[in-house]
Amino acid sequence: MLLKDEVEMLRRVPLFSGVAPAKLKLLAFTSERVSYKSGQTLFRQGDPADAAYVILTGGADILSDSPSGEIKVAEIEHDSIVGEIAILCDVSRTATVRANSALEALRISKDHFLKLLSDYPEMTIEIMRVLADRLSHTTTELSEARSKQKQAAK
Amino acid sequence: METSLTRYIWSNTRLQQIWILFVVAVSMIPYFMSFDLPKQIVNGPIQGNGFETPGATRTFMHLEYDLPALGKVVFFDGLELTRFQTLMALSLVFLLLVIINGLFKLYINTYKGRLGERMLRRIRFELIDRVLRFPPAQFKRVKSAEIATMIKDEVEPMGGFTGDAFVQPALLGGQAITALVFIIMQNFWLGMIAAGIVAVQGVVIPRMRKRLLELGRQRQLTARELSGRVGEIVDGIGTIHGNDTSNFERADIASRLGLIFSIRYDLYQWKFLVKFINNFLAQVTPFLFYSIGGFLALQGRLDIGQLVAVINAYKDLPGPLKELIDWDQARQDVQVKYNQVVEQFNVDMLVDPKIQALAPDPVNRLEHSLHAVNLTLSDDSGAPLLRHVTLEIKPGETAAIVGNSGSGAEALAEAFARLIWPEQGRITIDGKDILELPESVTGRRIAYAASDTYFFSGTLRDNLLYGLKHAPLTTVEYEGAKAAKNRWNINEARRAGNPELDVNSDWVDYVSAGVTGPDDLFKVVRPVLDAVLISQDILDMALRSTVVIETHADLTDRIVEVRQALRKRLKKEDLDDLVVPFKLDEYNPQATVGENLLFGSMRRPMMTNRKLAAHPYFRSVLRENDLYIDLYTMGLEIAANAVELFEDLPPDHPFFQQLTFMTADDIPAYQVLLQKLQGRGIDAASADERTSIIRLSFSYIEPRHRFGLLNSQLMAKIVDARARFHQNMPDDLKAVIERYDPERFISSATLLDNVLFGRIGFTQADGSDRIRTILRDLFDRLGLFESVLSIGMDFDVGSGGKRLTNVQRQKLNVARALLKRADYIIFNRPLPALDQRVQDHITHNIMEDLHEEGHAPAIIWVLSNTALANLFDRVIVFDKGTLVEEGTHATLLEKNGIFKELVS
Repeated sequence: MLLKDEVEMLRRVPLFSGVAPAKLKLLAFTSERVSYKSGQTLFRQGDPADAAYVILTGGADILSDSPSGEIKVAEIEHDSIVGEIAILCDVSRTATVRANSALEALRISKDHFLKLLSDYPEMTIEIMRVLADRLSHTTTELSEARSKQKQAAK
Repeated sequence: METSLTRYIWSNTRLQQIWILFVVAVSMIPYFMSFDLPKQIVNGPIQGNGFETPGATRTFMHLEYDLPALGKVVFFDGLELTRFQTLMALSLVFLLLVIINGLFKLYINTYKGRLGERMLRRIRFELIDRVLRFPPAQFKRVKSAEIATMIKDEVEPMGGFTGDAFVQPALLGGQAITALVFIIMQNFWLGMIAAGIVAVQGVVIPRMRKRLLELGRQRQLTARELSGRVGEIVDGIGTIHGNDTSNFERADIASRLGLIFSIRYDLYQWKFLVKFINNFLAQVTPFLFYSIGGFLALQGRLDIGQLVAVINAYKDLPGPLKELIDWDQARQDVQVKYNQVVEQFNVDMLVDPKIQALAPDPVNRLEHSLHAVNLTLSDDSGAPLLRHVTLEIKPGETAAIVGNSGSGAEALAEAFARLIWPEQGRITIDGKDILELPESVTGRRIAYAASDTYFFSGTLRDNLLYGLKHAPLTTVEYEGAKAAKNRWNINEARRAGNPELDVNSDWVDYVSAGVTGPDDLFKVVRPVLDAVLISQDILDMALRSTVVIETHADLTDRIVEVRQALRKRLKKEDLDDLVVPFKLDEYNPQATVGENLLFGSMRRPMMTNRKLAAHPYFRSVLRENDLYIDLYTMGLEIAANAVELFEDLPPDHPFFQQLTFMTADDIPAYQVLLQKLQGRGIDAASADERTSIIRLSFSYIEPRHRFGLLNSQLMAKIVDARARFHQNMPDDLKAVIERYDPERFISSATLLDNVLFGRIGFTQADGSDRIRTILRDLFDRLGLFESVLSIGMDFDVGSGGKRLTNVQRQKLNVARALLKRADYIIFNRPLPALDQRVQDHITHNIMEDLHEEGHAPAIIWVLSNTALANLFDRVIVFDKGTLVEEGTHATLLEKNGIFKELVS
């Protein structure tokens, strides 16, 4: 796959939709292109976070460790970004990500990602939007779970 | 050490000095004969004295002497020669004397020089020998750079002076006295005047020189301090950068240089003042001769012939006199320097040479307890570190020493290692003070490792085995010229008072390490390296290094097998695409265009990219088929892409790290080039411009840069050029380029490149980590792991081991202590640079695995992590310099004392 194809794919990622194609090309060039086989791990829960991944093709499972073993928390598809939270908050990986099919990704190192955010405010806003979205989503789920719990207690 | 340099020189070179004095005396005979000869030539054959009649002859070389017992003895009747023959004969004699004098001079100078050099060698050795015997506290006061300057520079003039120490005053003094006596014989009073002036010179000048000497001493001190400071700046450069104190250092250096300048300038002024006065006094004498002698002559009390003779004779006096005074100054100067140096090296409590005596035989194991008896230790300021501690460590016992920092635990460990000498009390083994035991016992049977490590510049192997090099254990057999050179070396060493130990011998004491020789060394080295968790690091060093085929043939001979095993393994694990192998007739997309063209490895530094690009043969290969133009077009595209991507970024932007084929500074230049060349053919570019464009194409890797510039046609063209390049390669290139050959080890490529014989795919996630894991396992299975470690052991650790990380140094330091197989091993918080988890892991490894195998040393471990104390037989707790608790881990926990507090 060539740089210009990657740029086309990056444009489809909502996070980068507001960024000029020339800058996307630069981002693609300075990122590492990595491919994974199905079942291969992108990163493990607890590892230090050093990069974010933009999934170009394929999909992956997000897994969380629990006392009873790994639980699949969510699934991600192509054109999405994963692993950015650990970079933003400087914490270790909160989940394990494993390819569930042949997967192609762009690996954006932590330094480059942060530099991008400071260079392109529109990206930062987009990140905020995604995070806020996830937060409201989580809050809804939490309150639903609580009300269920209350009902069960009664 | 001897305080007077003259005495030191005399006592060490007495016989040589007498010999050279004798030779100088003998050399005077032809010297004076050659003075007389010109007169004979001029008066005899040239002016014709004795040849008044034509055909007259004279006897030449008639040798007849009056000998006391035998009366007149005629050695040689002589030859009857004509005037012309005499001229020729006398001239030839003159030539002969010139040669003889020259030869004498040559011999004397060489002899004196050699004498001086030997002396220098002796002094230097003696000083270093003393450094090796300094008590440990001395090293807290001296700066290494100052010691080095003293040994290197300050003693240097002493060597030069040695040859002249006795010969020069004898010779010059003799000449001066002869001249003076001659003058006195001509006229007593005039002689007295000359003698008086000489006396004034002899009194005044040395006095004035006193100040010169004092200034010289200051100059030496300040210069030495300067080198000490320079050493500090180099060693502390990290601290200087980290605190922005470089300007403070500049100020300090500038003020020191200012002081040195003022001293040197002062010295300079005085020197020339003294010279002026000296010259004046020398010239005042003829003035007195002319005035007083002339006055006397006018009065008729002195005849004119005498006056002229005196004035003539006086010409010979100032020369030797001046040199004599110079010699005296040199002597005092050297003496001052010598005193200075001796002062620094005359240290109290020097270690007795007997303690460091060479002991080539194995030393018996220590089978007695290590006792600390009423031990009191204090630091340099006199503050107590440890008070009245009595303690016994039994052979084979493991003891954990626990305590906060400042509790005295560390000081105790240092005392066991003889790094601190007791203030009171002592440490004994079998009743003997360990300070009085020879180092051949303490240095071999006791091992010590603390957090401050020291590594000597050299290979990792040298450093790891350093603790085993106590004595030369093999005799090296030298042959032919080398044997002669070796004999000469030994002879010279003996003459300069140096030891005759052969540094080329194998010093490693394999037996005490528990092996038979270098071949099975890894049997003991590997478990130790594994225990301190450093084998992976050493494996990585090996993979990154080039391999000397001669010394590692065990691995290089099996490279084909390793390559095949790797392929098989990758196939089995379904990782085929992890490594893209090199194939002679295929383009390797994971390698650069340049690598694909070259298909080989260059022997650096004889061959570099730049040199290859300029080579006419390489150029001709590129020109065929117009590959040159293709690469040019490609380079232009790369430049266009790079400029487009990066032109707006500030030069310090982190994205530039990804731009491998040019730097941020190159961008504007390529921008200009592009404007000029884009859309025009290759002919528009000058030779330089072509080079800088084509250069870009050589670094291009399609899967990495992804500009889409390679198509199958171009790849085929490159593979074709590769074949042509190797086909008729001229010999000069063959010597520096090794073609990739699947059947052979490539000596100029790294071990990793050799094993992979290909490139790790760029898109393979964690490719190099996975390869490393696979290779480690693979080497193990093939029985090659130790050979690879051995290659890693060739790694050059750099000055002070600085090419290793602090973590690596501390791990190796522990490994070094373990390798000695000592009877008492003392660990003084040896691994603070490591994560607590890794420290614990290593402690477990050492206590559990190594302690189990047969030979069981006593281990005394000052623990950083108190929780590990349960690994030890006994726990000893220190607090505020005293021993507060001891017992097994379990009993101490029950006791509810300080230990329990420390653990919780």
